[in-house]
Amino acid sequence: MTLLDLSGLTLRTTDGTTLVDDLSLTLAPGERLGLIGESGSGKSLTALAVLGLLPEGITATGSVELAGTQIVGAREEQLTRVRGRDAAVVFQEPLTALDPLMRAGRQLAEPLRRRHGLRGPALKRAVLDALERVRLAEPDRIARSFPHEISGGQRQRVALAMALACEPKLLIADEPTTALDVSVQAEMLDLIDTLVRERDMAVVFVSHDLAVVARIADRAVVMRQGRAVEEGTVLGLVRSPAHAYTRALVGSARRLESALNLGDPR
Amino acid sequence: MTPPPVLELRDVSLHHRGSDTPAVQDVSLTVETGGSLALVGESGAGKTTLLRLLLGLGRPTRGTVAFDGTELAPRDRRQMRAFRRSVQCVFQDPYSSLDPRRRVGDIVAEPLRSLGLDTKATAAPKVAEALERVGLPADAVRRYPHEFSGGQRQRVAIARATVCHPRVLLADEPVSALDVTTRVAVVDLIAELKRERGLTVVMVSHDLSVVASLCERTAVLEGGRVVEQGDTARVLGAPAHPYTRRLLDAVPRLPV
Amino acid sequence: MTERATGRTTGRPAEPTTGRATEPTTERTTGRRRPVRSYTLLAGCVLAGLIVLLALVSLVWSPYAADDTSGGRLAGPGSGHLLGTDKLGRDLFTQVMTGARIAVEAGLGSVLIAAVLGILLGLLTAFAQGWLDDTLSAFLDILIAFPTLLLAMLIVAAHSATLGSAVLAIGLAQSAVVARLTRILVKRVLTQDYITAARTSGTSWPRTVAQHVLPNIWPTLVVNLALQFGLAVLAEAGLSYLGLGVPPPNASWGGMLQEAQATFTTAPAGALAPGILLVMLVVGVNLIADGLRDTLDPTTRRRRT
Repeated sequence: MTLLDLSGLTLRTTDGTTLVDDLSLTLAPGERLGLIGESGSGKSLTALAVLGLLPEGITATGSVELAGTQIVGAREEQLTRVRGRDAAVVFQEPLTALDPLMRAGRQLAEPLRRRHGLRGPALKRAVLDALERVRLAEPDRIARSFPHEISGGQRQRVALAMALACEPKLLIADEPTTALDVSVQAEMLDLIDTLVRERDMAVVFVSHDLAVVARIADRAVVMRQGRAVEEGTVLGLVRSPAHAYTRALVGSARRLESALNLGDPR
Repeated sequence: MTPPPVLELRDVSLHHRGSDTPAVQDVSLTVETGGSLALVGESGAGKTTLLRLLLGLGRPTRGTVAFDGTELAPRDRRQMRAFRRSVQCVFQDPYSSLDPRRRVGDIVAEPLRSLGLDTKATAAPKVAEALERVGLPADAVRRYPHEFSGGQRQRVAIARATVCHPRVLLADEPVSALDVTTRVAVVDLIAELKRERGLTVVMVSHDLSVVASLCERTAVLEGGRVVEQGDTARVLGAPAHPYTRRLLDAVPRLPV
Repeated sequence: MTERATGRTTGRPAEPTTGRATEPTTERTTGRRRPVRSYTLLAGCVLAGLIVLLALVSLVWSPYAADDTSGGRLAGPGSGHLLGTDKLGRDLFTQVMTGARIAVEAGLGSVLIAAVLGILLGLLTAFAQGWLDDTLSAFLDILIAFPTLLLAMLIVAAHSATLGSAVLAIGLAQSAVVARLTRILVKRVLTQDYITAARTSGTSWPRTVAQHVLPNIWPTLVVNLALQFGLAVLAEAGLSYLGLGVPPPNASWGGMLQEAQATFTTAPAGALAPGILLVMLVVGVNLIADGLRDTLDPTTRRRRT
């Protein structure tokens, strides 16, 4: 059984340039896949295409089947039904993903109300629960705050809580920790890891950072210039990269990391 | 007698107006000629504030910033000119640090022209040399920043910062906006410039692996204070402060 | 070519994957300037250009003298008078031509005042800090809230109803709008790293403003000034309609509309002619503003190719 099935997905701009070229991949329920690539590789666009969230001027051909629904060419009502229920997304920059003029609690209440039909005190309780689940201390205060009043890590947790609110089968995380400090990033990765494991949720984790992807995903696709150049287990890719580009990626990451081996006795 | 450190902060504190807590507090740092210092910490630790102080862009509420042993006086035009010529900066975001409406040639020539070192004509060969040194094609001078990728833009910024042959290069997260492969290339470039020209490097970064690749000394900042400083090998190799250890542990590593 | 396009959609040009910048970049092909083809700009130029042409011709030639009433009252179009005559027997086409000149003068004059005053004030407020910033901002807010009509009445009361008074009133009112826009634009530019880079390169403030700030706010300002031109033309017509603009016998379009109001059903040409030309000029100028918006930005310029 597959949860997500991309076959021959091709994304083009209106002037005919190809951004993603004939991409095929599948994802089983509960599976955790990394999409690795540098800027311009088409990895983020691929993630957006899964939810039918492509920016204007980019058209998709091929097939994206998410939990039995064909996304390519689907009408907006169909997409709305799929989003949240079958798949939800967390973006890189939580400050732009959240409405700056709405308190965090109200933003989070919206999907909870839609999905579970909660109202009044029950809804309020659910909001606080959801905030607690993403390990936010002081959920009361966070719920009452506007996005700019809380830190980047807290905002990203709120965004994650919103994505999880509808209990999707698939979580799409598009560079969710790139804008965060290292220690906050480590906590956030831990949190995502725990939450999706508990829920048996499938993950598509998009990142340029191999080490970060390795924290979450078991399998990964390396993308370059819109094409998948290599696919395999994360361990396999890191230990014995086959494609030249993957080798360059792993080599660069290793070189930077090796600088940290300062005769550390630990 | 040893020469005075090229840059020095002595018991510096800075309180932003309207803020309860000081952005930096009682910070003392020295930057020796030819040495390299990393300021490490997370957002809000005061890294950028310190860098602005070192760039003479702000004045501390308490304490002094000294250049070549003399206190930096923004009103002293002669000293400031010598200072600007000696201390140049590379910024984090190569998308915002290059004026989108100027050609790369004019951008790189700016320090030469503004410091009155060169005319447009005499600046041209130096600009060409600086661009060549950072590995950009000669025709870059006529092009605009948006025609370049992030890594190339950062090279333009490095060319601008080194065109007047400064003694000190300050770098604010110079590679954190770049992809991994590009990151390595730019780190290499800075290391080469440092070696070739005996350039003093002060780098602000939260990326410990970049710090370890480039800087001999490291100061760790938390909440506006220096919690630990010393040789990078010691600070990052055998951290004494729990915060440093936490930062180190948080670095995501490739599976072995 | 994939690389180039992908970069665009993410807002960043693609990275050459080796990281060595010496390799030829795909962006180079986009680097060449291509001729800008904006039909909006073209249409705007044609519309507004016709009016400007009319205004220019009126300086050297018109079919009749302004005070020639030989044509008889309210003559219909044709019969030696292209558009007919007004209720005093003056040639309408001659009046419309003069009106075009007055409209263009009013627009240019107002925008000139608004630009000079507004940009200076805007720069001043953008750089001002503390109480000076507060005071200047409050002053601008009051000026923006102050009705142009009231301002015009005050100036006319102090002076007299002339084109100059109207232009001064409109220009002053608009300078507040331009100043506030300039202030916001300048403040935004000042937060950019390239300004800090200029300072650490030893660039003085005046030079920074000339080389970095103004070039970066200019496109937005020019577009706004073009819009202000259209508004100024309308405002002048309004003031003349109320008798606060150009005094008779000089024919302003606003004045003509007012005069033709009573006879609109019997002789519509007297109102239609200035009305249509007014719309042509304002629409034309707005189209130019839209067209400029698309063409002035070097980054969007290449996006369209």
